[in-house]
Amino acid sequence: MVTSEATFEPPPSAPAQSELGSDTAARPGRALSVVIAVLVAATFVPLGYVAWSVASIGPSRVYELVARPRVGELLVNTIGLVVVTVPICIVLGVGAAWLVERTDVPGRNAWRPLFVAPLAVPAFINSYAWVSVVPSLNGFWAGVLVSTLSYFPFVYVPAAATLRRLDPAIEESARALGSSSSGVFFRIVLPQLRLAILGGGLLIGVHLLAEYGAFAMLRFATLTTAIFEQFQATFNGAAGSALAAVLVLLCLLLLVTEAVARGNARFARVGAGAPRVCTPHRLGAMAIPAVVGLAALTALALGVPAWTVARWLGKGGAQVWDLGDIVPSLVQTIGLAAVAAVATTVLAFPFAWLAVRFHGALARFVEGANFITSSMPGIVTALALVTVTIRFVPPIYQTVNLVLAAYVLMFMPRAMVNLRSGLAQVPVGLEEASRSLGISPTRTFLRVTLRLTAPAAAAGASLVFVAVATELTATLLLAPNGTRTLAMRFWSLSSELDYAAAAPYALLLILLAVPVTLVLYRQATKAAAL
Amino acid sequence: MNAPVLEITGIAKSFGGQRVLHDLDLQLMPGSITAIVGASGCGKTTLLRIVAGFETPDAGTVSIAGKHVAGSDRPVAAHRRDIGYVAQDGALFPHLTVGQNIAYGLAGSAAKTRTRVAELLETVSLDESYARRRPHELSGGQQQRIALARALARRPALMLLDEPFSALDTGLRASTRKAVAELLAEAQVTTLLVTHDQEEALAVADQVAVMRNGRFTKVGTPQQVYLQPDDRFTAEFLGDCVLLPCEVTSGSANSALGRIPLRGPAADGPATLMLRPEQLVATAVSDDGAAGVATVLASEFRGHDVLLTVDPGGGTAPIVVRQHSVDPPAVDSKVRLDVMGPGVVLDEDPSAR
Repeated sequence: MVTSEATFEPPPSAPAQSELGSDTAARPGRALSVVIAVLVAATFVPLGYVAWSVASIGPSRVYELVARPRVGELLVNTIGLVVVTVPICIVLGVGAAWLVERTDVPGRNAWRPLFVAPLAVPAFINSYAWVSVVPSLNGFWAGVLVSTLSYFPFVYVPAAATLRRLDPAIEESARALGSSSSGVFFRIVLPQLRLAILGGGLLIGVHLLAEYGAFAMLRFATLTTAIFEQFQATFNGAAGSALAAVLVLLCLLLLVTEAVARGNARFARVGAGAPRVCTPHRLGAMAIPAVVGLAALTALALGVPAWTVARWLGKGGAQVWDLGDIVPSLVQTIGLAAVAAVATTVLAFPFAWLAVRFHGALARFVEGANFITSSMPGIVTALALVTVTIRFVPPIYQTVNLVLAAYVLMFMPRAMVNLRSGLAQVPVGLEEASRSLGISPTRTFLRVTLRLTAPAAAAGASLVFVAVATELTATLLLAPNGTRTLAMRFWSLSSELDYAAAAPYALLLILLAVPVTLVLYRQATKAAAL
Repeated sequence: MNAPVLEITGIAKSFGGQRVLHDLDLQLMPGSITAIVGASGCGKTTLLRIVAGFETPDAGTVSIAGKHVAGSDRPVAAHRRDIGYVAQDGALFPHLTVGQNIAYGLAGSAAKTRTRVAELLETVSLDESYARRRPHELSGGQQQRIALARALARRPALMLLDEPFSALDTGLRASTRKAVAELLAEAQVTTLLVTHDQEEALAVADQVAVMRNGRFTKVGTPQQVYLQPDDRFTAEFLGDCVLLPCEVTSGSANSALGRIPLRGPAADGPATLMLRPEQLVATAVSDDGAAGVATVLASEFRGHDVLLTVDPGGGTAPIVVRQHSVDPPAVDSKVRLDVMGPGVVLDEDPSAR
């Protein structure tokens, strides 16, 4: 900015901020504090349950239950799955993202949505698709195959967004300093993808630990499938609780590993101003294998489920469209998902508010507690809620409230991440302006803050909606008798090997997930505009 | 009706153990514009926010139109203070049209609101058609004028402006500032303006309060604070200074530039004399070796004027003279220095720390 003579200082925007100090906005009000305290307490239910059950079973009995060959087998399966699948997903996700965003591979714009689209196919539907194509498919490598094809977009999406944002000037500088193409990739590009890779890898790991349906259908035993079977056999037995404790430990180990690997890395902030559009790498003759590779990945991840569903629908004809069965379960699914989405978004508001407007140990702690709980496998959350309700509030057990509570605990971060960025875009100055115009703080919140956060809240709610609509594990465990969501119906029909009758449900589940995929695709591409 | 509209007494505030405001007093008379000017971080914005009700003072009281709003048992909330507030960036609500923004604080029938909005748009010299636009379709200057119209809508007793022009570019800043000052004077709204731009403060205000490290170093009319600062910080903050060692005897100062009358009383003895560069005039003379003849060391051409660095001779440090740029004395030429008007003796000790 040009100022007249005798310039004493730059424009005061930055210092004005510091002038306000960190504790400008006083503490959250009493009502808000109470709500947050209750919610935080609720987020500790799953961890508390595990700790409590280990304590009540007694260490020696827990050791007996855990130190069995069967548990060793489950541990090898589960850990092996994570150790093998996550790196494959990282290679596929980063490789596809690099080809699509940084090279002149033919049809760049067409590939982009194709690698986000697998997120619309729940993993258990992917398993169903593969099992009906290759009926003999089962065991460890089947699990690796299906989960890789279902989860590699978790790395692809952030990696593509980061690659689009990277300033090409940095790569050009490396070139000028004598690095070859591969040297630039490994020394410059890859390190900047670290956060995307770690974040995506963690998400995949958490999903692998929590997934039940996909592996049960492939007859591949993990800790989660074993806990599920234990629960069905002995309801709330000590063996199940001991296995849940092991699963929780694995999950915490994953979180710690990611946190340590992330270290102090900040979000890669590229210099101010719009970076130039980068010149894509010329693939030359390598374009052919690149296209073949991308096409193969698409065929495996999207083609197989699409073809399977289409084939069964074709075979089943009009007969499988049993509307008397499908319509009620669609209505029920949408109803349940809508209520859960609204409840989760409303309850996420105080958390998001705390995270955006207050900085301090407490705000970070609340955020962390929330994150850990949502990383817990759904089955642990479900077991915890079953135990707590039976013990303390039996009337809630076997009601829809319980399954809604599980959804809120499991999917809170999806709503919160969006709400947070939405709230962060409402400057405090706007609220102050409103108050200076004679509008009370409560009405200011309604007329300004809430109104401006609405789009972000809607995006968050839609993410929760789809997550709930396609949720299987916790729903199977917690839903009251008579509940028949699409996922439950799909599950029981495909368990009876009635693949044709399951196909309409698979199709509806995929269609319900399309909006979330669009939201994710928009987020991945919008980041480029920043 | 000569009671002050805003009365601040003994205001103090700390953030995280750090004192940012020390025992401040200030009075704003009805219809006047007061500017608080200071470098960033001096506490001026905090003071404004205390008056607005966005912060609570640790000590002291604030009264608006004779009503205690802070420092009593229970502070009055911002929305009950009868103030208008314009933030640095205007803080227009992005989800509302210009018209809805202006009408935001208004209650009453739709027809009444519409007339009032039209009236306010006219007050800030914008066409009625602007009411249907969105804030992002306006330029920075227009946004600030809408923010002002919105703040004026409820006819507040006190208008608070927080660096309202600093986000505008230079040309627009001067014109917007002039328009706003005229408008506020015409509407007879008592105004408190916070700025880091001393030129803006001097140009707009009836009363200027210079702030440093949470204290006022001088409060007075623009002329008083500019020409008669008490200390070196205030003098230098408000503009360029010529500082000369001198000997005060019976109300005038004896310096390298001769005997110079003083504004206000001063104790006899050695002191520092402050003159504004524009009080000096350098005229080229033939070098006859006479006493009182100075030498031009450097000349900086600045368009409308020229800054001459002049060695007044006699072992005094070089001084800066500002004069119009028509035919200035050349470098190395001999000049005679004439002083127009009286000087000021600065208080060297306390707030120079």
